[in-house]
Amino acid sequence: MVKLLALTNARLIDPASGLDEKGSVLVSKGRIDAIGNIDTSEASEAIDCKGKVLCPGLVDMRVHLSEPGNEHRETIAETASVAVNGGVTSVVGLPDTDPTTDSVPALEFIARRGREAKLAKIYAYGAITRGMAGKELTEMGLLTEAGAVAFSDAQTTLTDTVVMSRALSYSKFFDQTLVNFPLEPGLSNGVMNKGELSTRLGLGGIGTAAEVMQIERDIRLAEMTGGKLHVGPITCHESVEAIRQAKDQGINVTASTTPHYFSLNETTIGDYRTFGKFLPPLRDEFHRRSVAGAVADRTIDVIVSDHHPHDPDSKRLPFAQASFGAVGLETLLPMSLRLYHEGLINLPDLLAKLTNNPASIVKIKAGKLEAGVPADLTLFDPNKPYKFEPDLLTSKCKNTPYEAFPLQGQVLMTLVDGRILKR
Amino acid sequence: MTESKTHKGSSLYQRRHLLGIEGLTAQEIGYLLDQADKFVTLNRSAKETSDSLKGRTVINLFFENSTRTRTSFEIAAKRMGADVVNMSVATSSVKKGETLLDTAYTLNAMHPSLIVVRHNESGAVSLLSQKVDAGVLNAGDGRHEHPTQALLDALTIRRRLGTLSGLTVALCGDITHSRVARSNILLLNTMGARVRVIAPPTLVSSDMERMGVEIHTDMRQGLKGCDIVMMLRLQMERMQGSFVPSTREYYRFFGLDAEKLSCAKPNALIMHPGPMNRGVEIDSELADDEDRSLIRTQVEMGVAVRMACMEALIENVVLPESGEERFKHG
Repeated sequence: MVKLLALTNARLIDPASGLDEKGSVLVSKGRIDAIGNIDTSEASEAIDCKGKVLCPGLVDMRVHLSEPGNEHRETIAETASVAVNGGVTSVVGLPDTDPTTDSVPALEFIARRGREAKLAKIYAYGAITRGMAGKELTEMGLLTEAGAVAFSDAQTTLTDTVVMSRALSYSKFFDQTLVNFPLEPGLSNGVMNKGELSTRLGLGGIGTAAEVMQIERDIRLAEMTGGKLHVGPITCHESVEAIRQAKDQGINVTASTTPHYFSLNETTIGDYRTFGKFLPPLRDEFHRRSVAGAVADRTIDVIVSDHHPHDPDSKRLPFAQASFGAVGLETLLPMSLRLYHEGLINLPDLLAKLTNNPASIVKIKAGKLEAGVPADLTLFDPNKPYKFEPDLLTSKCKNTPYEAFPLQGQVLMTLVDGRILKR
Repeated sequence: MTESKTHKGSSLYQRRHLLGIEGLTAQEIGYLLDQADKFVTLNRSAKETSDSLKGRTVINLFFENSTRTRTSFEIAAKRMGADVVNMSVATSSVKKGETLLDTAYTLNAMHPSLIVVRHNESGAVSLLSQKVDAGVLNAGDGRHEHPTQALLDALTIRRRLGTLSGLTVALCGDITHSRVARSNILLLNTMGARVRVIAPPTLVSSDMERMGVEIHTDMRQGLKGCDIVMMLRLQMERMQGSFVPSTREYYRFFGLDAEKLSCAKPNALIMHPGPMNRGVEIDSELADDEDRSLIRTQVEMGVAVRMACMEALIENVVLPESGEERFKHG
């Protein structure tokens, strides 16, 4: 007899099909067997979801992997475990590992580690250029065959216009998306947002112009070549405008941001708090609001965590010397839900940016609730209020800017291929 | 910043650290200047001046070379009877990869009363101050602040002109990279002076206006009606094409000479935090003009101001009595 798992009495939300109703999901052999108002009496195990939200497992298409190279921060198995705890069932790892993920063996190593962990699914970007040095293209075709789901040089901006246009052209051959880091490096020699606060603190600033001019150039190249461009993470009003305009013109561009750019502004840095140090930097309140608004409308397609674990030694330094970035997999959902609780966006539209939208950009089988797809599911309570503390993280690295934040929303259960991994 | 375990002394300055001018009240600044005034008189009297630091240890921790400032702090501490230890990067374990906080923990275990810190990164002194029991004096952090410089400048002006309030002060030169400029802007604004900054557009950001200054790029315009002209040092490497095309072009437009000075008030006074680039930012004769130049007085005031600051801080420093570790590693 086939073992059947029933998740009953749930609020089912499937952004892809527009489904939002009470019902059940039946899981068999790791796949969704049936959904909706169905008979679950034959199930060998039934779990009452008590009216909470059951949606496709979250897809996070921007995660920094610390393995290979920095295993002391987080191994791939640990990343996969932290993801599950955050309700994320598919992770796409950036290629800024050591060595760089610019070759088939490097990519296969990551895939193998992911398979061995048997937790959240680990996918990977291939680097656009060898060693992310911005000069020669990687073997995009072979990398695609080996499982690269998109291409990116992570936090290194591909500046050479010729190389970028060729990459956009060539990647069409494999129908792959390119993600270029949106900061013009020449104007990005600072450590925080350029403005009054950086002037007062005596820290080098990075203006919003550095971001938008890189995005505008890449949009022109995407228009010229017809390649698929994904821009992110974006942090400012001008970038939002540039993307809105490009989309109106029918250019093949999608965009993402992270929760910190719509939840925090530069004052998080206060008296040189390095946990508020991000690249691109946190902007001022005007830009934060603009980014939140762009998530609420259709300008920003995807919310990513940009998860980046750092040990204390790389954060407890004078501000300019400290590393950029924060852990984010476990706060991705509750921080995103703030937009819902602020009334800016409804739940299905928000979840689309965490499930189906990223899954379609990186073309992985995830992000949908329908019969036959792998049973990657997330059950969460959208309303549960609590005060966030770094100790709530299962992540070894606790570099989060959200200490003492009032949050609403908590992941209750995560399933990958029908296996209950968090409950 | 934790100000716990702070013994409140009787003075108007009730903090254990002096990390910057930002956040200080006019009363606190006025108090430090009043105290410094007394030390000027004592220093000139050639008698033993004070024993308020007797038996106390002061560490001069300099991550950036500076003979002048370090010497000024050293003399100030010694005049008040302190034991002074000079630590500079070249001879310390910092070069061997020790982090700033490890250095802080190590020094803290030696129970100094005051640590005078200069560091090339903005915010580094504040970070260190959070991890030690001693009082911390910022002797310059990156391009952030240099509070004792601003205090000694203020003392110099106040002694010459009687007040700071209502004066118009022009700061000229490399504003963007200058901690002296930031501390002076904050102090002068707090004390009721009007501040102008004069610099080529590559060396001052328009964001500076939000700190309450008028920005000028035309030096003659900017100097109109000024009581004080404060010249800042321009690092040589910034004048070789990166921010300014050449030293001679800089001198042509932003170097202080008699002709440009004539645009200021008739008796306008000249200041410079030193060391000067003669013939680059300031005409050599003007710098030595005893009627107009306060540059040497500034050096004298430096010692008095640093004595006043150390005495004010020491009253608020209480080192833990038992050997227990207040700050855990990790």
